[in-house]
This record gives sequence, structure tokens and C-alpha cells, in this order.
Amino acid sequence: MTRRLSRAWSVLALPIISIVLSVIVGSLVIIFSQWLVTGELNPGLALDAYGALVSGSVGSERAIVNTLDNTMPLLLGGLAVGLGFKAGLFNIGVQGQFLMGALGSVIVGVQLSDSPVIVAVPVSLAAGMIFGAAWGFIPGFLKAVSGAHEVVTTIMLNFVAIAILAAAVSGPLNVIGSASPQTLPVGNASLPVILGRNGTIAIIYAPIMAVLYGFLLFRTTRGFEIRIAGASPDAARYAGMSPRHLIIWTMTVSGMLGGMAGATDLLGATHTMTTTYSTTVGFDAIAVALLGRTSPLGIVLAALLFGAMRTGASAMQIQAGVPADLVGVLQATILFFLVVSPVIKRIFRLKGAKTGLEDSATTFTATYGGEATIR
Amino acid sequence: MTSESPQVRAPALEMRGITKRYPGVVANDAIDLDIRPGEIHALLGENGAGKTTLMNILYGLARPDAGQILIDGTEVQLSGPSDAIRRGISMVHQHFMLVPVLTVAENIVLGEESTTRGGFLDRNEAHKRIIDLGRRFGFEVDPEVRVGSLSVGWQQRVEILKALYRDAKVLVLDEPTAVLTPQETQEIFEVLRRLAAEGHSIVFISHKLYEVLEIADRITVVRRGKVVGQRIPSETNEEDLAELMVGREVSLTVDRGESHPAAAALQVQGLVVRDDRGNEVVHAIDLEVRSGEILGIAGVAGNGQDELIEAIVGLRRPTGGTVTLEGVDITGLKSRDVYEHGVGYVPADRHRFGLVLSFSIADNLVLTSYHRKPYSRGLLRDDVAIRESAEEQIKAFDIRTPSADAKASTLSGGNQQKVVIAREFSHDLRLLVLDQPTRGLDVGSIEFIHKQTIAKRDAGVAILLVSAELDEILELSDRIAVIYRGQLVGLRDGRTADKNDVGLLMATGGRPGDDGTTTGETGSAA
Repeated sequence: MTRRLSRAWSVLALPIISIVLSVIVGSLVIIFSQWLVTGELNPGLALDAYGALVSGSVGSERAIVNTLDNTMPLLLGGLAVGLGFKAGLFNIGVQGQFLMGALGSVIVGVQLSDSPVIVAVPVSLAAGMIFGAAWGFIPGFLKAVSGAHEVVTTIMLNFVAIAILAAAVSGPLNVIGSASPQTLPVGNASLPVILGRNGTIAIIYAPIMAVLYGFLLFRTTRGFEIRIAGASPDAARYAGMSPRHLIIWTMTVSGMLGGMAGATDLLGATHTMTTTYSTTVGFDAIAVALLGRTSPLGIVLAALLFGAMRTGASAMQIQAGVPADLVGVLQATILFFLVVSPVIKRIFRLKGAKTGLEDSATTFTATYGGEATIR
Repeated sequence: MTSESPQVRAPALEMRGITKRYPGVVANDAIDLDIRPGEIHALLGENGAGKTTLMNILYGLARPDAGQILIDGTEVQLSGPSDAIRRGISMVHQHFMLVPVLTVAENIVLGEESTTRGGFLDRNEAHKRIIDLGRRFGFEVDPEVRVGSLSVGWQQRVEILKALYRDAKVLVLDEPTAVLTPQETQEIFEVLRRLAAEGHSIVFISHKLYEVLEIADRITVVRRGKVVGQRIPSETNEEDLAELMVGREVSLTVDRGESHPAAAALQVQGLVVRDDRGNEVVHAIDLEVRSGEILGIAGVAGNGQDELIEAIVGLRRPTGGTVTLEGVDITGLKSRDVYEHGVGYVPADRHRFGLVLSFSIADNLVLTSYHRKPYSRGLLRDDVAIRESAEEQIKAFDIRTPSADAKASTLSGGNQQKVVIAREFSHDLRLLVLDQPTRGLDVGSIEFIHKQTIAKRDAGVAILLVSAELDEILELSDRIAVIYRGQLVGLRDGRTADKNDVGLLMATGGRPGDDGTTTGETGSAA
């Protein structure tokens, strides 16, 4: 019993400590920013703000549906980043894959806006996945043939994606006569609502993708190859696996998941695209994957947490007067504490605690150091 | 015991009741050790017996949970390596801590630079001291030479000079002969004897019994964290020491029996291989291994044997020549395809290539066969089949583990290698390539692996054995080929080969009089 407890603690310690610390940091930010502005020192404000954040995200049926809706793109993006980590790849370009996925789904969705839902939705969604996959394939291919590091290429492709999106929306996709560049709405390609006012079918298919993600990694030979290549590229080569092939495959599937996240956001929430269309999902997904320790269940839980924070942010702003941007502070500090986990381990004397990335040869330092393991 | 020993003075160094616990193991259990001035004291034990932990404690790298360390009779608390060095304790590691691009002098003064008044390096002072020290102990080395251009034997001497430069009184050498040829070993022994004669104390860590008997004044044997005995070389022998070390009787020589080689299985012709930097490191090698025989390739590390093996097993593309296996051309095939032709391969570096330490034993046992039936059905893994076969192999190869799900990192070195051996020995084999199969392992595991290897030979498998351990080559091989600078420079019969002859070939390539001085039948291994 105690062994099981200590094992559970070794898994949960770092995420829990990171969350608790970020809540503390968030409280200080709330209290001192109010003090700076008004000269009042009111520790109760932090409690009010967090109370509003919680009730705004899970306090009512409507809030819960909104939370679920906000969770799904994060979940898909988290899976995209997590898959890369498992293979030892740091796909920092989920943002770009997300944008390309959204673009692909809007291009097709607008064309199919009058088609039957049963055709319009799957085809538009698939278009987003294909666009995202293509955007993941490029850095994978570049790494496999030239060794170009995916961190560099994916970041650059993020900017390329932004530019392509703006060009497409202000050019061929622009509706003539609109005040500012904008596409037509996707109409029947919008994700059907199945829960409450705006709970779309993403609530069903995104968790299914999480199950498939776990199945791929732990039940298939391809998943075994990915995990081995991530844990030890040398052993993978020795075992006769093809690292080049695996890199391209993994980046493509990762990009597909990122594209699916983008398509889900566009078809489920905005339904149309402007030149400034953007979210932070692609970057938040990195925090989600890390907080969820790249495990399927962990990523689901982390995405729920981040989705809830997003949802509760406006309630917090309205009820407690604390800017919704505080949620960004919380998410960023969680990521910060996760990344400095060696320091956290030492401070809290957690010898056995794990980040979940031990299996993977990719650590942040190794990633930026650019180890040459591919021949 | 003390009557015939010249050193009856107080110990230069004493460790009393040293205890160190790690989660789940007692690495050191109340160990007592005393080192007298001018003594060569051997610390003998299997891997994992606690030698390294004890030396880490002595070097200030680990804190003991209990016990005292006394230097010249006064108790000390060592805060770290720099503290240990300051108190006259120095360590020569198995892997040298030298910077190849720096000169001998620069390496020696590193961290201890004496400066002139302007803050510049005082080279002259350092040079003078280094030359003086070398002269005193009989191994002069040019301080201006770059360390990278020195042989391994001389690099080791630089390490020793480094210790002497810091006024070391107690020198700890961790398996110093592991990387040396027999000739170099004799030379380093000369140096050590000279140091001892000058009053330095030497702790000589090893698991090679005959070396310990040759060089040591006293031998302390540790097993499972405890001192199990102390001997004087004149009053003991290899069998006695081996039994102390392992805790049971062991056979030191493999009963290899007669080999019955059949037709040629592996034929390598004119093989040319380049290293990662594009330099040709294997020059048109011809060799042949017959089914049912062991061909040993002896050579000092870095003479092209790694690249040769990688080219044979499909991890490196040869730039010329052919490799055929039972008449089938397998030149340039990928490693997966080579494997499918019935080639097993035990790589030298089991941590980097042979195993994935963070994965379970069951996963590691299918590392090279996971894609085949019954472990894979279509795209899916068959966990049941993987598990069943893992349990079988754990039993058959006596892998000591609580469960097939335990991570490979939890196993001892010997058991880790057994996982690799179990995996590579259990498929349908025609050729087995063994690269340093017992490096760093304990006597018990070596015995086991050697027996398994002989059994495979007798079952008709062709075996190519590469090892830097000349003893292993001599013990197992039916024929011995010596590789030197990318060429095979001699072929000897495994039963009649002379250790010094092979050692000389390894070290010089048989240069002095190429065809005259070396005894026995020379020729290519084909």
C-alpha cells in the first residue's frame, strides 16, 4: 500500500507542486498589482478571484459545457506535442499546424457550407488534418534528410503559417464587400452541437483520439518503435529501426493532430476566419503535454485544467475585477515550474519524482544543444 | 603475517567501519581497510561488490553513513575531490580525465595553474617540475606534446604524473590495465613499483586475479559490500582468490572441447570501411569464419574493429568489398535484413546500443525481434507472447530479476548483459558477432556467457569474437586474427597461440622484421 502510494506520489508530485506554486505566484500578482494601482493591500482579493475562476468554469452546467468545449483543441494539441516528445522530437510548431489546420478546414468548409452535415463536417475536418499533417511533414522531412533541427524549423514554419493564413484570407478567401478581410462562414460544416448551448461533437472525438494515442504508443509495433527511438536513438538504430522514417512519420501524425485541433476550433467556435485569426492553443499545448507527462490520461486532465482556466477567466474579470490575463500568468508559471523541475526536486527533496520525460532522450537542454544522433 | 612484510609502520590511510547504504542495498557494510606507506594494496572484487563506492567515499564523492577515514592517524571529513587531493589522495580513473587537444603540461597543471606576477601562466616552473618528476620515477615525457598524440599507456602515465604533481601520497588506480596490452601492463607495473619504493601508497583496483598476484603486497577481497578476506600473494593462488571473490568455487578456464568447423559461413573479401569522418579505417580486409568455430579478433581499441563489425552487421555501409553469409551476398544490407539472414549481434556498449535502460526487461528481450511473429500480429504488439517468451528466457538464461516488468536499469551489469545475450542467442542463428561480450562483468557472469558461447559454437554457429581482453580471445578462440591499423596482421591457432606473441602483434603490427620475428604461421585469415 505504501509502495503504491509512493509510486503515485512520484508521478503526481511535480505536476501538483507546479500547480500549487503557480497559484501562490498568481495570488501575489493579484494582491500586489492591486496594491500598486490602488494602494490597498487586500489578501482576500486573491481568494475572490480564484473563487470566481472556479465557479466560472465548473460552477454551472453551462460553465461545464464551455469548459469541455475549450478543452478539446487543447487536448488535441497536447497529444500532438506529447507524441513528438515520446519520439524524442520537440514539436514546438503545433501553433503553425493548428493555423494550417484551421485554414484547411475553412477552405473546404466554405465550399461545403450548403452540403449535408454528414458530408460537410467530416470532409472539412479531414481537410484540416491533412493541412496540419503536411505542415508537420515538412520539418520531419527536413530533419530526416539534412538533420535540420525541428525546434528551429517548426518555429520558423509558425511564422510562415501566419503569413499564408493572412494572404489567403485577404486574397482568395476574402468576401467581396466586407469591411475587413474575412471568409464566408462554414455553414453546415460547423461541428454539430450535442451538449448544452455550444458543446460540439469534439467532446466525443477528441477523447477518442486520446485513447487512440495511448493505443498507438503502447499496443502497436509502431508505437514501440517510437518509444524506443525516443528513449535511445542509438538502440533504435541497432535494433534495425529506421530513425529517418520514424521522424517523418511521427512529425506528420503530430502535425495531423495539431491540424485537427485547429479545425476543431474553427469549425466548432469561430466558424469563419479573419486575417488576425489566432489562438494560443498551439503554445499552451506544450504546457499541457508536459503537465500531463505525455501520458494519454495525463494530457486529458491537463487539458481540462487549462480549458477550465480559459473558461473561468472572463467570470474572474467580471466578478472579481482581476484581468483575465491572469490565466496566462498561471499557465506560464506552471510551465516554468515544470521546466525547472530539477530545482523543484532539490528544494522539495523529491528524489524519486519524475517528469514523465525521463524515457525520452529529448530534454530541453539537449533539444537546444542539438545532439546529432541521426546518421 | 607481518614478519615477512617490510612495512610495519603505521598506516598512511585507514578506513574504519565504513558503511554506505543506498535504497535497497548496503553498498559498503562496515568495511575496514588500511593502506601502509610504500605499499601496493590490491582491492579485489566483482563488479557491484562495493569497490567503487568505497573509493568514491575515499575520494570525497560520497559520504559514508557510518565509519571513519584516518589519514596518518588523524580522522578527516572529506568534503569533495578537491579536499581529498589536498590531503594527498589522488585517483586515476579507468576513463582518463585528460583533454586531448592540450599539451601534457597543460593537462597536468589544469586547475592548479601557477601564475606569474602579471597573471600569466608560469610555464617554465610547471615544465621543470614535470620533467623532474618523470625523471625521478623513470618515465620522462615531453611536456610540450599534445596528449591526444600519446598512446594509451603514456596517457595513463600522464594521469599518474598529474597525481604526483599534486603531491599525492595515496594513489588509487581503478582497473588501470583494462585498456593496456600485456607489454604496456608490464611497463606500468614497473612505474608502480618505483612509486611504492619511493614511499607512495597505491590502491590497485582490479578483478584480474593474476595481475593482482603479480603486483600487490597485500590483497583485500570484498564481496557484497563486505571484506571477506585479506591475503598475501605468496600465500594464495588464483583459485583461492576467485573463490573468495565469488563465494563459491568457479572454473577459471572454459572447458571448450574440440571444435568441429564445417563449411565457411561468413566470408569477407576486400572489405573497405570508412569511419564517421570519412577516413578509411578498414583496409581491404579478408576473413572467413566457418560454422562451428570461433574466430577471435584481437586488437587494441581503435584499430578499425568497431567499423569492421558495424559493416558486417549492417550498421555501416562499406565502401568496397563484399560480405557473404553462407553464399548469400549481404553486403550493404540494412541491419534489419542482416538480422533476418540469421545474424545475432552483441554490441560492445550495452547501455548505449544493446539495451534501453528505461524500458522493461520484456521489452528489451524483443528489441531486435519485436516486428516478427509471434511478438507482432499485423500492426499490433502481442503482449502475451512477449511476456511468455520473456519469462522463458529469464529462466533459461538465469537473469536475476523480480519480474519481467522490471526496468533494465534495475539489473546488475552481469544480468543486463544476460538480457542482451538471451535475446541475440535465441533466434535462428547462422552467425554470431560478439563485441566485448564480457567487458566489465563479474567472474560468475563471464563464466556463464563463455559457456553459452561455446554451446552455440558446438551447435554449429559461426562466431566472430572481438575483444580488447586478450585473455578472453585466447580462452575462447579456435583461431585468432590480429587487427592492427585496419589490417589483419597475423593469424594464430587458438590453442597454441602465445600471449606475448599476440600482444606484440597487437601493439606493433609485427613491424620489427614483419615476417621473421613473429612465430607461428602467419597469413591472412581467409
